[in-house]
Amino acid sequence: MPRIASLTLQDTDTARPIIEAITEDNPGATVHSFPGIVKIDREGSLTVRRESVESRIGRVWDPQELHLSIVSMAGNVDEDDDYFSVAWTN
Amino acid sequence: MTIEIKTLKVEPRRQTFGHIARRYGADKPASRYDEATLDVQATANFHYKPLWGADHWLYDERRTRVTMADWYKLRDPRQYYYATYNIARAGQYQTTERNIEFVDKRGLLAHLDPAWRETVETYLLPLRHMEWGANLNCTNICDLGYGTAVTAASIFAAGDHLALAQIIGRIGLLLDGNTGASLDRAKDRWMTAPEWQGLRRLTEDTLVVKDWFELLLAQNLAIDGILYPLVYGRFDAAGQALGGSAVSMLTEFMNEWFTEHSRWVDAVIKTAAAESPENRALLTGWFATWASRAAGAFAPLADHVLGAEEGTRALAEVVGGLQARAKTLGLAV
Amino acid sequence: MNAVAKLGLKQRYSLLTRGLDWEPSYQSKSAIYPYAEFEGIKIHDWSKWEDPFRLTMDAYWKFQAEKERKLYAVLDSFAQNNGQMGLTDARYVNAVKLFLTGVSPLEYQAHRGFAHVGRHIPGVGPRVAAQMQSLDELRHVQTQIHTLSHYNKFFDGLHEFPHMHDRVWYLSVPKSFFDDARTAGPFEYFIAIGFAFEYVLTNLLFVPFMSGAAYNGDLATVTFGFSAQSDESRHMTLGIEVIKFLLEQDPDNLPIVQKWVDKWFWRGHRVLGLVAMMMDYMLPKKIMSWREAWEIYFTEAGGSLFQDLSRYGLRVPKYADVATAEADHISHQNWAVFYQYTHAAGFHTWLPSAEEMDWLSEKYPTTFDKYYRPRFEMWGEMAKEGKRFYNNALPQLCTTCQIPMAYTEPGDPTTISFRHSHYKGDTYHFCSDGCKDIFDNEPEKYSQSWLPVHQIFQGNCGGASVEEVLKWYRLNLGADNLDQAGSPDQAQWDAWMEARRRVAG
Repeated sequence: MPRIASLTLQDTDTARPIIEAITEDNPGATVHSFPGIVKIDREGSLTVRRESVESRIGRVWDPQELHLSIVSMAGNVDEDDDYFSVAWTN
Repeated sequence: MTIEIKTLKVEPRRQTFGHIARRYGADKPASRYDEATLDVQATANFHYKPLWGADHWLYDERRTRVTMADWYKLRDPRQYYYATYNIARAGQYQTTERNIEFVDKRGLLAHLDPAWRETVETYLLPLRHMEWGANLNCTNICDLGYGTAVTAASIFAAGDHLALAQIIGRIGLLLDGNTGASLDRAKDRWMTAPEWQGLRRLTEDTLVVKDWFELLLAQNLAIDGILYPLVYGRFDAAGQALGGSAVSMLTEFMNEWFTEHSRWVDAVIKTAAAESPENRALLTGWFATWASRAAGAFAPLADHVLGAEEGTRALAEVVGGLQARAKTLGLAV
Repeated sequence: MNAVAKLGLKQRYSLLTRGLDWEPSYQSKSAIYPYAEFEGIKIHDWSKWEDPFRLTMDAYWKFQAEKERKLYAVLDSFAQNNGQMGLTDARYVNAVKLFLTGVSPLEYQAHRGFAHVGRHIPGVGPRVAAQMQSLDELRHVQTQIHTLSHYNKFFDGLHEFPHMHDRVWYLSVPKSFFDDARTAGPFEYFIAIGFAFEYVLTNLLFVPFMSGAAYNGDLATVTFGFSAQSDESRHMTLGIEVIKFLLEQDPDNLPIVQKWVDKWFWRGHRVLGLVAMMMDYMLPKKIMSWREAWEIYFTEAGGSLFQDLSRYGLRVPKYADVATAEADHISHQNWAVFYQYTHAAGFHTWLPSAEEMDWLSEKYPTTFDKYYRPRFEMWGEMAKEGKRFYNNALPQLCTTCQIPMAYTEPGDPTTISFRHSHYKGDTYHFCSDGCKDIFDNEPEKYSQSWLPVHQIFQGNCGGASVEEVLKWYRLNLGADNLDQAGSPDQAQWDAWMEARRRVAG
């Protein structure tokens, strides 16, 4: 069975550049839209990169700001200064 | 609704929930504090006795010897519910954050008299462990307490104490250049330095208090009531002549917090004491025990920081202030 | 002072939080943490705990304050603009009634439960995380009350939610679930709520149902729902870290944890049957079926998770296959129960329209037309003839999950499933093997269950007649209960819509 790592974000103006950054940085990611939310799936892992979001919003962005937009996720979390990722490891 | 209406009029069929209206004695609009607080905790028909304490129900008035006809009399005068609490604290911390940045950028701690710098490390940094003990106690009061009025305010206080411990930690990191070495030294002091052992014993002893209201009084009135005026008032004042104003900037949050926190503590103790002569006697007895234990435990630290004579005097004044405060709350001091 | 090393997030968090604990010497560790050992869990080294999230208290305040500012701005605007009038249909509000009476009090229980483990787990990392979760859960109950307070002003069935939660027959299902978790030891609580409930099951309530709320015009509920979910992602991660930590610490923990995972998966599955019904029957505009939601959030997400955990020897919960098979039946069977007992419920019911039945046929091709459509159509005929079907007999309840015995045998949807056990001279009844196993493992606990029907027969619920019991529940008869059609809620809605047409015209 494929091991789908997943991030679900609110469909808001704040989340949109993050969603864009994720889809561009994670080849093969698929995006599903539901009312109010966007669910991004990818086999194995998904990473949100700080730089990538910053280049879209033109200001400093702390990966912890993801807490403001996230709705759900699947995978083991790793959070640091420069990225936030969910992954299935084995 | 009549046929002639040109604009749509939408009338509420009730203003608030039944339990709120009964308390108000009328169906009228309720405050968000009241709706978020009153009667929110379950009171009846519990299914199972706790495996960790089958002598009580999950929520049980008999977990303290204090009795109240209505536990929702123990209102929080600040009327904090989650949103107002977090928004208030986020605002207060913004100032702290700016102060930390200011002190850091300008290297203000370098102006500390070297001996006083050592003293600050001695008295301030080990307090993070005491704050952590206070955090556990407030969490415990939320766990065991009765009625959302007092338990919600207690988990807020627990969050506060964690933040206070972390502010002290940040001051340590400013002092030691982000190595954490000052925090290690502070922990050694907490574990072994003679001037800290009474305070550590006091803290550990509160961690095993079974009656949650006794714990509420011991921690929030007796211990906090001495700690804050002594450390952030007297000790801080002594540092002013020795370049300590940067430390005052970093600990301003503590003073503001204590003033606000005391308003809640005072309201709870005062209301419980006014409920019955039995409560009053109980609270008076607990206050006598814990205030005197806390005073004794702080004495070596006061002597260490201020010198024996001034230390004894400052502590006596602080304890006197606490006793006067207890008297205004209706305790027979 | 300026040449200092910048601290990374992980290091900074560790310095500010992990160092706070100390080895006590004036009191024993067992006196300070008296509940750490009785469950048999062995922990050798708390320092091996990995913090999944690293929020210091100041960051917590900052982010949570921002979330709250946004949420309350929406709530204020929803109230000022009479947002309830933008709903797709008045029937939708019944899902909200079930939410406030059945779910919000669980958030409160979670708040107090996480205060308990936030005090009693002897490791600083999980303790801080549990305390933050305790705060979050308080947030959830309070924001839910504030959101639904507006609905309470205009609709019936919400006005006595705490009183009802402690008494009403179907609300003892969620209440006993949380009472069960909260009366367990601290590690079991962590697994029950942090893992089985938050990770495996809450997604099903807060993601597809809330998306359904958005689809049905409930901007207030969807806002608190998704805002709460932003905390849940922290909670789910905490749950998974706890389970990994316990399994890594000692191989003897595996059988204990497996038993808890099995138990709480099944307990959660039973409670979520209410959500299944909310999604398939109570949302006027459907977003996805319960079956589809189960596939995404249990089969797919849960499957990946259990595959991940298999390296520790943990297997998929017992009866997961039964639960997955039941996903084709559970919403229909639950709705049928509430339809029959609508006179005794605090929300309204109705029969699905012809269009809705077609949707159900499409979503449940192997079961709906064969087993459930005929029943609903027959009830529809009876109602037309003025013989609306009510069940006036009090139902037998499952001792464990407390749901009326209406579920069917695995693989045989026409036979009701009955199980029983004997304990200390009494016979106890169950709806399923899952519920019977749970009882058999802890009979002394479940034999204490406050079963609403037993309590009514014992005279503890206001009287012997249905009317007396409903008054004891503080239900307004003829307003809070019975069919949606003919209810004051529906009459008011029709008047609003009529007036709006006139204003528009």
